Amino acid sequence: MLKNINIGQHIPGNSIIHRLDPRIKIICTLIAIISLFLVSSFPGFFIYLAVILTIILFSRISVIRILRGLKPIFFLMFLTLFFHAFFTEGGAVLLEWRFISLHQEGIMRGFFMVTRIILLIMFTSILTLTTSPMDLTDGIEYILKPFRRLGVPAGELAMMMTIALRFIPTLLGEADKIIKAQKSRGADFESGNLIRRAKNLVPLLVPLFISAFRRADELALAMEARCYQGGRGRTRLHELKMERKDFVALILVLCGGVFTAVWL
Amino acid sequence: MHMLIELKNVSYIYEQEPPVTALEKINLNIEPGAFIGLIGHTGSGKTTLVQLLNGLIKPTSGQVIVDGKDIGENKKGLKDIRRRIGLVFQYPEHQLFEETVYRELAFGPKNLGLDKDEIDVRIREALNLIGMDFDKYSDRSPFNLSGGQQRKIALAGVLAMKPGVLILDEPFAGLDPRGRKQLTELLKRLHEQQNISFILISHRMDEISYLATRILALKEGHIVLDGSPAEIFSQPEKLKEIALDIPQLTEILFRLQKKGLEVRSDIFDIEQAADEIIDKLRSRNIC
Repeated sequence: MLKNINIGQHIPGNSIIHRLDPRIKIICTLIAIISLFLVSSFPGFFIYLAVILTIILFSRISVIRILRGLKPIFFLMFLTLFFHAFFTEGGAVLLEWRFISLHQEGIMRGFFMVTRIILLIMFTSILTLTTSPMDLTDGIEYILKPFRRLGVPAGELAMMMTIALRFIPTLLGEADKIIKAQKSRGADFESGNLIRRAKNLVPLLVPLFISAFRRADELALAMEARCYQGGRGRTRLHELKMERKDFVALILVLCGGVFTAVWL
Repeated sequence: MHMLIELKNVSYIYEQEPPVTALEKINLNIEPGAFIGLIGHTGSGKTTLVQLLNGLIKPTSGQVIVDGKDIGENKKGLKDIRRRIGLVFQYPEHQLFEETVYRELAFGPKNLGLDKDEIDVRIREALNLIGMDFDKYSDRSPFNLSGGQQRKIALAGVLAMKPGVLILDEPFAGLDPRGRKQLTELLKRLHEQQNISFILISHRMDEISYLATRILALKEGHIVLDGSPAEIFSQPEKLKEIALDIPQLTEILFRLQKKGLEVRSDIFDIEQAADEIIDKLRSRNIC
């Protein structure tokens, strides 16, 4: 029942994209996302498509794998296309029926937006596919560090994310076990209407929450026993280090962003 | 009530990277009325085996046959199979969820579609079987009970479904010696008086040897030993090979034999063993 749930899409690898500093990857992805919103014509998107395909090639991840990431937002893409197509006026009228009309401009805008969404997803997928959740948290912690003066608890936030990620598989395993135990007592999780199904989840959720709280308690105690007192002064086993390739990547992406802002 | 369980060429492979073969071509008959002790090192496939028996997982290949019917064949029959083959998981107290003991115990029977009066009768019976007073406990929250009591309640929750076969996965884990003893005696009583067949997974050789009528040892997905406790525990070298040990009692009897006292080594009840030792000592005029 829980087999299909996949948390964190990271595909381990050793490509240059995988080895880039996570901080750089996050910042580059942010720049790419912002730039994508500056693009105002289809040719611009073609350049971006070429760029992302090159990056995918370098990362040695199959394009199919990346396209599969588009599946969950299929509905959103359809909705975007639909609204833009039917609620934009201008250009030749392609279809008219009572108060509904379809303009050429609308179709264009619709596809334009959908292309933008597809590219956005591709750029962010390449980040999550090539970066392990741990590296991602580390990167976010570093990036948030300057904001600590403003009261952003960067270390604590990172620790919370790390713990959450760490316990997802544990809790899934636990849930699987409880489902099996309740099924052995004749519970039915798979049939009935929505309300019935929701009600049937009680025998799963109550033990799951109890177990999560128990684990949280034990973990807090274990952390205190090891003298954890917030992120301050914490050192790490793997220090993030910027290398030449990271600077090169950052400069390339920055140039790309400026290029987009000025010409596309 | 009694039923026959058969496994024919059953294999089970966990689909992951890389795939793990948990069981390989298991052939097994579980005769009615047996008390089977299932032993084996961690990861030998014990838990996988018992989950196959009540249809929680489906064999990758092979058949699980209960009373002549392949349980993989119709999905509707699964509920009936699960009623007749009760499975009590490791740390079963972690699955408790209701507000009162009464409602907790009603969960299983209710899922079977029984009416209120029948459910009430069954709850009283189940509490009686585990030796807990109905009036004292039925309105209490299961979460306010001690760990050992919670485990008994979880067991009663399955007993209330009146299974013909009861499978217990590591029921002794985390219990203190007294709780262990109580549970052991409870299982013995259930087996003798309630006509329930048992399959007991445990690392506790002392309890297994005392309770079981037949012992199965698993190693890396294969059944490597199959026989009565006396047969199994007379070959300690073979048990050591699969990282298991013999019961303390058997160890003592063996040592006495080595010292020249001719005691039987196939006794697994402490009282009986004590009598046997005293007997033999008397016959040699030592005490």
